Amino acid sequence: MSSRVWPGLASLILLLLGWEVLVRWAEIPSYTLPAPSLVARTLVENFSSLAGSWWFTLKITFGALALACIGGVLIAAVFALSPPLERALFPVAVILQVTPIVAVAPLILIYVESTAAALLLCAWIVAFFPILSNTVVGLRAAEHNLRDLFRLYRATPVQRLRLLLLPSALPYFVAGLKISGGLSLIGAVTAEMVAGTAGRETGLASRILEASFRTETPKMFAALTLLVATGVLIFVAFNALSRVLLGRWHASESGRID
Amino acid sequence: MSSPQHSPPLISLRQVHKRFGTGAPVLQDINLELASGEFVSLLGPSGCGKSTILRLVSGLEPASSGEVRAPALQGGDAAQTAFVFQEATLMPWASVFDNVWLPLRLQGVSRSAAAPLVRQMLARVGLAQTEMAYPAELSGGMKMRASIARALVTQPAVLLMDEPFAALDEITRQKLNSDLLEWWQRQRLAALFVTHSVFEAVFLSQRVIVMGARPGRITAEVTIDEPYPRTAAFRNSIDYARACQALSQALESAHQGEVAEP
Repeated sequence: MSSRVWPGLASLILLLLGWEVLVRWAEIPSYTLPAPSLVARTLVENFSSLAGSWWFTLKITFGALALACIGGVLIAAVFALSPPLERALFPVAVILQVTPIVAVAPLILIYVESTAAALLLCAWIVAFFPILSNTVVGLRAAEHNLRDLFRLYRATPVQRLRLLLLPSALPYFVAGLKISGGLSLIGAVTAEMVAGTAGRETGLASRILEASFRTETPKMFAALTLLVATGVLIFVAFNALSRVLLGRWHASESGRID
Repeated sequence: MSSPQHSPPLISLRQVHKRFGTGAPVLQDINLELASGEFVSLLGPSGCGKSTILRLVSGLEPASSGEVRAPALQGGDAAQTAFVFQEATLMPWASVFDNVWLPLRLQGVSRSAAAPLVRQMLARVGLAQTEMAYPAELSGGMKMRASIARALVTQPAVLLMDEPFAALDEITRQKLNSDLLEWWQRQRLAALFVTHSVFEAVFLSQRVIVMGARPGRITAEVTIDEPYPRTAAFRNSIDYARACQALSQALESAHQGEVAEP
């Protein structure tokens, strides 16, 4: 474990040290590039006001991700059961996926009255496709001999889904979840950027915009630090989840070098 | 003749033809009977339709024409027929115990109710200590043992095996051959065993049905008139060598005039 963590941590510390030294040595003004120590101080000093925005962004991110999981898996199950329906609806899913969210977010903000709901919708659009497409593939990935075995023992459709198709799809779903976790944060932040500082509740992206209008660069970095921390946290959490779910049986995890 | 001709056959194929779609026929004019408790091997080159016969008997494929009679096709208990594939075909996400429990579970038998039978089968195949292991943690031979335990757990009347030991090393294969005969005798089941090994077919079977390819057809039938139990000593006997020679000749004459596969 530690042999995997230390090299990454060391390079991060070196990077921060180099940054600190550069800013001090070259006397770069803080409105251009604040030193990491100043960013940390700003973060601590403004934490109580930033925490509310952080919480808002977290709600949008995880709300969208939860809806993406539910929607992605349900639609995948429908697609798996009905190929004609898949052929009819998959193009819509693809259109949702390929349209740049920055371009549709202003429209969504017009049509959806609640800003929070509009942000949730934007983040969901970005997050749900990887889960959908991976789960669709996963539900079809059951080994054909195992399918035959279930037929031979005359398994019911529910038994087949529960004991064969869903477990076979799990590694694919988890891979989709890892991608969607990061994407839902990106979707939430992008939508917030488009929404600007409107609305009663605002997230971290709005705080970054607000700080940039006032040239409060250290505060921009402080909010950015929280966003990066959230992204890293999501990454670490889903990797851990993947190990728990697949560790003992799936090659993607059991082949891991510890 | 060790074939119990007097008892009605458990499985019978009469003038069975099989083709997939509009392709060339895979099986042509197959006539075959298997009595209850009999051990018969199907021997032939790749692509001769040996596995297709197992799929017809198990009900996984319908015949294009002709008559197939087998327990799996007569509506009764699905667990009367067990199938062992070339690969162990275990569910990688489930423990050895859960894999062996599967056929009973699909019939609605709870975990606790199935436990004594599952454990008995695991002990029989030598996996008593590994019931909580996952397939990825087992060797090839152990995986195949788990697969056989799963097949035997429902006390089937018919055991269909599709080259189950082809991917194993020779020592593991010989050990599994000996063990298989022991399990077969203990459960008194009818075994239809697909192989392309002359030595394996002679060691295991009462009768060996030799098949030719393109289209798949039966070209000879050789009776191995040796008593059971057959032990390692049988493998070193003159009788075994003679039977292997006779079967090799039958296989060779079945393929005279055929072009070798690339």
